[in-house]
Amino acid sequence: MSDAMTGLNRLDGGLIDRSAELNFRFDGKSLEGYGGDTLASALLANGVRLMGRSFKYHRPRGVLSAGAEEPNAIVALREGAFTEPNTRATTAELFDGLVARSQNRWPSLAFDAMAVNDIMSDFLTAGFYYKTFMWPAKFWEKIYEPIIRHAAGLGALSGMSDPDCYDKGFLHCDVLIIGAGPAGLAAALTAGRSGARVIIADEDFLPGGRLNAETIAVGDAAGAEWAAQVAAELASIPNVRLMTRTTVIGAFDHGIYGAVERVTDHLATAPDGTARQVLWRIYSKRSILCAGSIERPIAFANNDRPGIMQAGALRAYANRWAVAAASEVAVFTNNDDGHRTASDLAAKGVKVTAIIDTRADAPDHGDAEVLAGACVTDSRGRLGLSKIKVRSADGSQRWIKCGALGVSGGWNPNVHLTCHQRGRPVWNEAIAAFVPGAVGPVGLSSAGAASGMFSTAAALTGGAVAAVNALGEIGIKAKAMAMPEAEDAPVSITAFWHVTGKGRAWLDQQNDVTVKDVKLAHQENFQSVEHLKRYTTLGMATDQGKTSNIAGLAVMAEIAGKTIPEVGTTIYRPPYTPTAIGAFGGRSRDETFRPVRLTPSHKWASEQGAVFVEVGMWMRAQWFPQAGETEWRQSVDREVLATRRSVGVCDVTTLGKIDVQGADAATFLNRIYCNGFAKLPVGKTRYGLMLREDGIVMDDGTTARLGETQFVMTTTTANAVGVFRHMEFARQCLWPDLDVQIISTTEAWAQFAVAGPNSRKVLEKIVDPAFDISNDAFPFMACGEITVCGGLRARLFRISFSGELAYEIAVPTRYGDALIRRLMEAGEEFDITPYGMEALGVMRIEKGHAAGNELNGTTTALNLGLGRMVSKTKDSIGSILSEREGLTRDDALIQVGFKPVDPNDPVVAGSHLMNIDDPANAAHDQGYITSAAYSPCLESSIGIGFLENGATRKGEIIRAMNPVEGSEIMVEVVSAHFVDPEGERLRA
Amino acid sequence: MHDLVPLTPLGGDSAQSETIRNVTISEMPDFAYASMAMRLGRKTGFQRAAKKATGISPPPPGESAAIKVGKGMLTIFWTGADQWMVEAPYASHFDLAAQLGSTVKDNASVTEQNDGWARFDLTGDDCVSVLERLSAADSAGMQAGAVTRTTIEHLGCFLLCRKAATHFSVICPRSGAASMYHALLTMAQSAL
Repeated sequence: MSDAMTGLNRLDGGLIDRSAELNFRFDGKSLEGYGGDTLASALLANGVRLMGRSFKYHRPRGVLSAGAEEPNAIVALREGAFTEPNTRATTAELFDGLVARSQNRWPSLAFDAMAVNDIMSDFLTAGFYYKTFMWPAKFWEKIYEPIIRHAAGLGALSGMSDPDCYDKGFLHCDVLIIGAGPAGLAAALTAGRSGARVIIADEDFLPGGRLNAETIAVGDAAGAEWAAQVAAELASIPNVRLMTRTTVIGAFDHGIYGAVERVTDHLATAPDGTARQVLWRIYSKRSILCAGSIERPIAFANNDRPGIMQAGALRAYANRWAVAAASEVAVFTNNDDGHRTASDLAAKGVKVTAIIDTRADAPDHGDAEVLAGACVTDSRGRLGLSKIKVRSADGSQRWIKCGALGVSGGWNPNVHLTCHQRGRPVWNEAIAAFVPGAVGPVGLSSAGAASGMFSTAAALTGGAVAAVNALGEIGIKAKAMAMPEAEDAPVSITAFWHVTGKGRAWLDQQNDVTVKDVKLAHQENFQSVEHLKRYTTLGMATDQGKTSNIAGLAVMAEIAGKTIPEVGTTIYRPPYTPTAIGAFGGRSRDETFRPVRLTPSHKWASEQGAVFVEVGMWMRAQWFPQAGETEWRQSVDREVLATRRSVGVCDVTTLGKIDVQGADAATFLNRIYCNGFAKLPVGKTRYGLMLREDGIVMDDGTTARLGETQFVMTTTTANAVGVFRHMEFARQCLWPDLDVQIISTTEAWAQFAVAGPNSRKVLEKIVDPAFDISNDAFPFMACGEITVCGGLRARLFRISFSGELAYEIAVPTRYGDALIRRLMEAGEEFDITPYGMEALGVMRIEKGHAAGNELNGTTTALNLGLGRMVSKTKDSIGSILSEREGLTRDDALIQVGFKPVDPNDPVVAGSHLMNIDDPANAAHDQGYITSAAYSPCLESSIGIGFLENGATRKGEIIRAMNPVEGSEIMVEVVSAHFVDPEGERLRA
Repeated sequence: MHDLVPLTPLGGDSAQSETIRNVTISEMPDFAYASMAMRLGRKTGFQRAAKKATGISPPPPGESAAIKVGKGMLTIFWTGADQWMVEAPYASHFDLAAQLGSTVKDNASVTEQNDGWARFDLTGDDCVSVLERLSAADSAGMQAGAVTRTTIEHLGCFLLCRKAATHFSVICPRSGAASMYHALLTMAQSAL
């Protein structure tokens, strides 16, 4: 055994595994601990009391607690990208190879130059910054704040991408038990034996709660043994899930709780692919809060010196981790529980030099001297406690030597989760603490110390009864088991919050808030608890005031002459303990941030070297570069020209397809679309325009009538889901009397646009001979169910987005890959060219077809030049409101085309239009350009957009201004139909 | 007969499958699907016609029903108000929608869904450990035949319990099959 191991502070006994020696490093120094240690217990065992520097004043700080409430011993764990700052040493489970570093100090923890702040403390009180760094105003952001932020703070992130992975998960139970102390274990056992589905979660790696920290017996067994036995039984019950290392961080609506399970934080390296943490969403029918309580300190001058700890924490380190914080200790208490610390430490052979009890009627305590009616007024010791100054009941003062001081100001039930939905805790005078109020999250009850019942017997019985009651409410019968006997001491406490006197008495050690700061807040009229919190920062940051809030309120109450409940509490919010952002993100990051949707031709397109673009979640081919093409425009121009010259093919599967059936399907579509659909013949397709209720255009597309009662609607890719939702709403809520059924079939059919003058010739090679697709038999806007390639079911639509003679052919998706290969073979003799999104975009701009840029949520049918499509002879969604005065003005924006006067000028989408002689400002705005492209057919840049009174301004020259990039060009207003304005090609 | 070669949802010529510890995750491409939505006011006629067409009655919400057809099974599961999905072996039912449509006639709107979906099966003792990290559905509480609509990997899916705790089907949009398979494997690797 090394020197360190035999060191100063390790005692006999405890719940540690002495056979597992663990090496770790703290600030570069090699140390050793045991299995079952936390970083804090191992540091204490090695005689390390100084663990951090305070937030603002850089005062030396040691560990205060033995749990999640720790405000001081905040360290950074691990190295490089794995660095996890702001970890509480009290909850960090020791493992072999752990590397920990202290934070917020420079150059070292023992000598921190920033401690000069402490000397300057008179200048750095609450509100100092806001009052002082006022002038000049612009200095705040650039100079003052960065300096202040550098000097104050906690740990720093690595700045690198988090290499760990995180999962999210979902669990369901009849009853969720939060905390596995005596109350939680009793509740879980009761509920588990009844057959109910139980989840019991505890943030510790060892179930048992305070039973592991105390010498209390439960029945015939030591408390920790009883806890281990119950935990073993719970683990064996199939309907019980015992989750250790799991913190329930928030209570949400409808019995839903958030919990973080630390899966691999206690391991040196996580197994490959294993999530470091899991953020669980737990759906519970009932829940029981058995989260125990937190001991609160008493504030006195210099009460933040390393070695001054919660009395219960001193006891926990001795009993559970076999660590004495020092060889000589004293206790400062206002209640009987402090005496328990003295007894336990004495039993472990630690010298208790004095018990300073604020109560005049303090009980005697065997060997240790009890100073009744006394208080601690000061402390001494460089970087750690060496003695305390005590004022006796008679007013005399003396120094008492001790290396550690256990302070007990009473215990605060952990009411946080009961407050997450604005529940207010209730003051209980008998224990001088807040307990859960009557109004909290629905279905949540509390038991044990969390409910203010502090004895072990009360916790056991309370837990069992709470389980029976909770299950009874959901119709599950459970028997209240007889619980083993345990101590049942009453609470004996006289509230005592802070020692008056000179010197700074610390309330919130994490945020460096003193009694004086609270007084200052009151003096400056920040008296509401919410103002107090913001003004002083009391209760902020990673511990959220777990050890400080109530004392802060008590001081404010005292100054204001109010009771503590009159002062009230601030709102507790989730998460209960700091939670890694990664846990909220889960696996949704980087390339798996969202799933991708692949088109049926994806494999083939990849083989062709296609460049893909994300469109929604779809990956679509953007263009297909060929050898020798060095920039995208070359590929796109080639694809456009080839298509217009001969034939091109494009995967258009992503367009939404909605199957609309029913006896009233035609009526339904007639109401959904603003133009008429009731009389669309079977075997025909029609372009449809869909308005929102407010008359603005929602979407457009073609709808084909495959049968008397069956239609297939096409939507834009982007609006596929939105349109379906809109139609489902209309079907279910607006017109439930219509016989119409809709379902999406977007994915079921692989659909390809085959466009260009030779498209029919290509298709004729694959369409089975039984189907005549000549212009006479299958004219523009025809549709039909056909077979291809010798019998494969297919759908053929004669529609065109490019403006060419064009078809869209659909086959079952599994054959999409085979079909594109077959089309390419069939089209070889016509130089068939696959084209991507860019060429598709260029051709639709050349044709003046509106797309997402034009259907931008502000435009009407009138704006799009489609005003006459809104039928006046029938009612349809949006038709009435599209006639609003403001939408039908004479000078309304109308979609037109733009051509630069100088063909070398690029038209930029987003440019605003100004008359030549007008000033260029918003007041004279004439409209804007929505889409622009280089047209290889016109050998010029072109654009389409909206221009005031555009229909009458063809031939006019105006300015297209791009103030963002500082450019301005002259454009001629032209028809938006640059190519084949008469539509002769598509009817050919 | 045409000679076009189909691809599986994962883009292969044959189904993929991987076993991670005691859970096997398999692509199941050999099933045909068709949706049946009851026509307005045709409850009686639809129930009768659907049973005639499939041999079983459409089940109530949250449930599925199955019957042997040839060497495989035909399953009907509830997908929404008055709406069901029928699943059957592809080889014998590639024209499932047409088969159903010819029997149910105007009692229901039948839509071909063969290639709208991708089915992945999870089999093995720890299926629930994988599914609980993917879906809010209570997979641990599902009995054989239970079915629910849920979100997995941001994709709307159907989750069918074929056998309690040890056999589930995730039926997801076909275009998202690769992402779904990746998510299933990733979670199995993490949870098991």
